[in-house]
Amino acid sequence: MATLLGITAAHATIAIALGFLAGVLAGLFGVGGGILFVPTLTLALGLEQHHAQATSLLAILPTVAVGTWRQQRYGNVRWKPSIALGVAGIVGVVAGGLLAESLGGSVLRRLFGVLLILTAAQLAWRVRKVH
Amino acid sequence: MRLRLVPIGLAAGFFGALFGVGGGIVMVPLLIGVAGFAARPAMATSLAAIGLIALEGVVFYGIHGDLRPLDAIILGLPAAAGALVGTGLQQRLANRTLTMAFAVVLAGVGIRLLV
Repeated sequence: MATLLGITAAHATIAIALGFLAGVLAGLFGVGGGILFVPTLTLALGLEQHHAQATSLLAILPTVAVGTWRQQRYGNVRWKPSIALGVAGIVGVVAGGLLAESLGGSVLRRLFGVLLILTAAQLAWRVRKVH
Repeated sequence: MRLRLVPIGLAAGFFGALFGVGGGIVMVPLLIGVAGFAARPAMATSLAAIGLIALEGVVFYGIHGDLRPLDAIILGLPAAAGALVGTGLQQRLANRTLTMAFAVVLAGVGIRLLV
């Protein structure tokens, strides 16, 4: 099968379809794309957990750019707090990244499973509160 | 108020990099509960901050050689288009039953990763 930099056409088709679906779900339910990107990259595309997490962060960028652009038009974005959060985040990113690099892929994968279950619980709680 | 943003940003960066997500799951509730934001500005402000945190994470993991840029492009670009569709559908479709169904699917994937 024809490959581009080691990615087959079938692999790419699956990734494009799942990426689109993840974007729709993220927009629809107000969760970040990353929570869907990481399991897509590991379970469907076979990436190792650390590679999936790194790649997810890169894939988040276009999604967030589109979302922020839309929210900016509605006047919802408060830029100074956003930048303050992002700058304070640098220390957290280094700490979280170093911890992730020190953990084995299978431990990280299980921790991510717990994160998914907690996210599901938060969604369910939000729905109960709103309706 | 600005001082309260520091621990929130720290926590979001930590979770964001640890799990390869943006950190919105910790940021949105904290912006509402601790920094006194209303729901919509909290989500929008978190979104912009996620952009910065994800960028920082990309640099960190990039240095460690974990990035797979081609996978990110073929997943991320369609996702951006999907997010436009999803936010457009939100008002019409995002009801209680559908959100609960999505929560069940997420929990299912979570359990699949645990076992």
